[in-house]
Amino acid sequence: METKTNDLPAIAQNYSHIKGWGIDADPKNDPTYPIKHRTNDEQTGYSWERPTQQPVDVEVLRSIERPTISAVFGTSTPPSGLSGAIRRYAFKYSESEYGHWLPLLLADRVNMVEGIIDDFRRGHVPNIFAERGWKAEWKHDPQGLTKKVLIGTAVTVVVFMLLRRKR
Amino acid sequence: MLAMNYRGPQRVRVSHKPMPEIKHPEDAIVRVTRSCICGSDLHLYNGNVPDTRVGMTFGHEFIGIVEEIGSEVHKVKVGDHVLVPFNIACGKCHFCRQGLYGNCHESNTQATAVGGIFGYSHTAGGYDGGQAEFVRVPYANVGPTVIPPDMDPDDAVMLTDVVPTGYQAAEMGGIQPGDTVVVFGAGPVGIMAARCCWLFGAGRVIVLDQYEYRLEFVRNYANCEVYNFKEMDDPVVFIKKITDWMGADVVIDAVGAEAAGSALQTITGRKTLLQAGSATALHWAINSVKKGGIVSIVGVYGPTDNLVPIGNVVNKGLTLRANQASVKRLLPRLIEHVQNGILNPKALITHRIPLEEAADAYRMFSSKLDNCIKPVLIPPSARM
Repeated sequence: METKTNDLPAIAQNYSHIKGWGIDADPKNDPTYPIKHRTNDEQTGYSWERPTQQPVDVEVLRSIERPTISAVFGTSTPPSGLSGAIRRYAFKYSESEYGHWLPLLLADRVNMVEGIIDDFRRGHVPNIFAERGWKAEWKHDPQGLTKKVLIGTAVTVVVFMLLRRKR
Repeated sequence: MLAMNYRGPQRVRVSHKPMPEIKHPEDAIVRVTRSCICGSDLHLYNGNVPDTRVGMTFGHEFIGIVEEIGSEVHKVKVGDHVLVPFNIACGKCHFCRQGLYGNCHESNTQATAVGGIFGYSHTAGGYDGGQAEFVRVPYANVGPTVIPPDMDPDDAVMLTDVVPTGYQAAEMGGIQPGDTVVVFGAGPVGIMAARCCWLFGAGRVIVLDQYEYRLEFVRNYANCEVYNFKEMDDPVVFIKKITDWMGADVVIDAVGAEAAGSALQTITGRKTLLQAGSATALHWAINSVKKGGIVSIVGVYGPTDNLVPIGNVVNKGLTLRANQASVKRLLPRLIEHVQNGILNPKALITHRIPLEEAADAYRMFSSKLDNCIKPVLIPPSARM
């Protein structure tokens, strides 16, 4: 069984070929003995002078685990449509609840369909092949892409035939 | 302006979006010169992170030139070339004051478990990211750091996430001189973590992955032992065998939610989303570390639950340490390491791709095409 030594300079000789070996070593950093060296400043900081509040000019959904909107927030893609309604519902639950996260995942999928509808509404036909990066896949892995297309086609045909047979 | 535009799982395009505006007196607008795609962007790309909205722009690893500043910004000025940490941090709250810049309490309204992150869904604050020509950067007095004039921009962009995350993975391992460290994952963060383990005095560094080209890269870059877990019956038994049947002193999970290697985890975590990603790497980490050992987690998981052997954590007396990297805290030391040639992060960049081809770049990175390790997107104005 291997034995270890704590003699840093002695060990360092074995690693002279690795640039920077041991330069950040801190033998006192032992997280298995997690008694943090406290300065007591930690306990005085539970309230702080808050940064200026960003004006709330878009709808921002707020986790119910906090009392206020954070001083700054992102303004990308505010909730809208059916997905927005689902997201508003999700935010009635805490981050600890499936009632929060599962509706958000559902909303993401609904939002994807909304995105396609919105594209058509604007007269834009989404180029699904380009969006999925199939040009790169064709260039670097044509066999993989061919296999993927064939499997997708086969599954579609089987589903279509099963649906027809039921009628 | 041109910006990457998320349309749904595995569908992105680059389209014109309105220019970002100053929304807060501490905001800056930055013209992006480099923006990476991160392994954790793939969780968004695959639709695994709840509240990822159609129309959002991803990108939390970027550098750029300050174009406009708010009335209370005094730390950077127009024209500065800055690297922007992926964490959005106020610098004033209880957590920021302890150096926990990844856990800021004044940058994310939608969730309390994580601070704001650029371009990382509304669960991380709803900010558009840097895979665009321009980006709004809040708290410009705190995060953005002027790039030293002698630093290569490709090194600088890697200091926004990859280098600090890899370094913190090693730091959280509490590595003692001579320790054996196992790193799961030879993606950019795993590669950097393996390299940084030596800086903390590791005696042996072992990396496991399933892609030979990545293992080959990390073997040369980080001077470590590498093994392909696809060639093993059981990676945990393998690690026990090569560590005198004790297990590693420290194990780093540098994979997160996209892990391969277990059909059960893949089906429940990646295909059906019944858990918050596939926790195979974390499962192996817990089981292959020695009793009393340390598991350092920097792989990203979703906010719900994962299947991991928590009973073994108790019975083996393990210490789990994890966090989003606290980039601002680590930057001074890491800039020093890059300038002194201790770390060479730009060597990880394998692909420099025009921003307009972001969809192809995502596909290449996601499907590991053309031996891709780290793709960087370059906007038109930075290519002139």
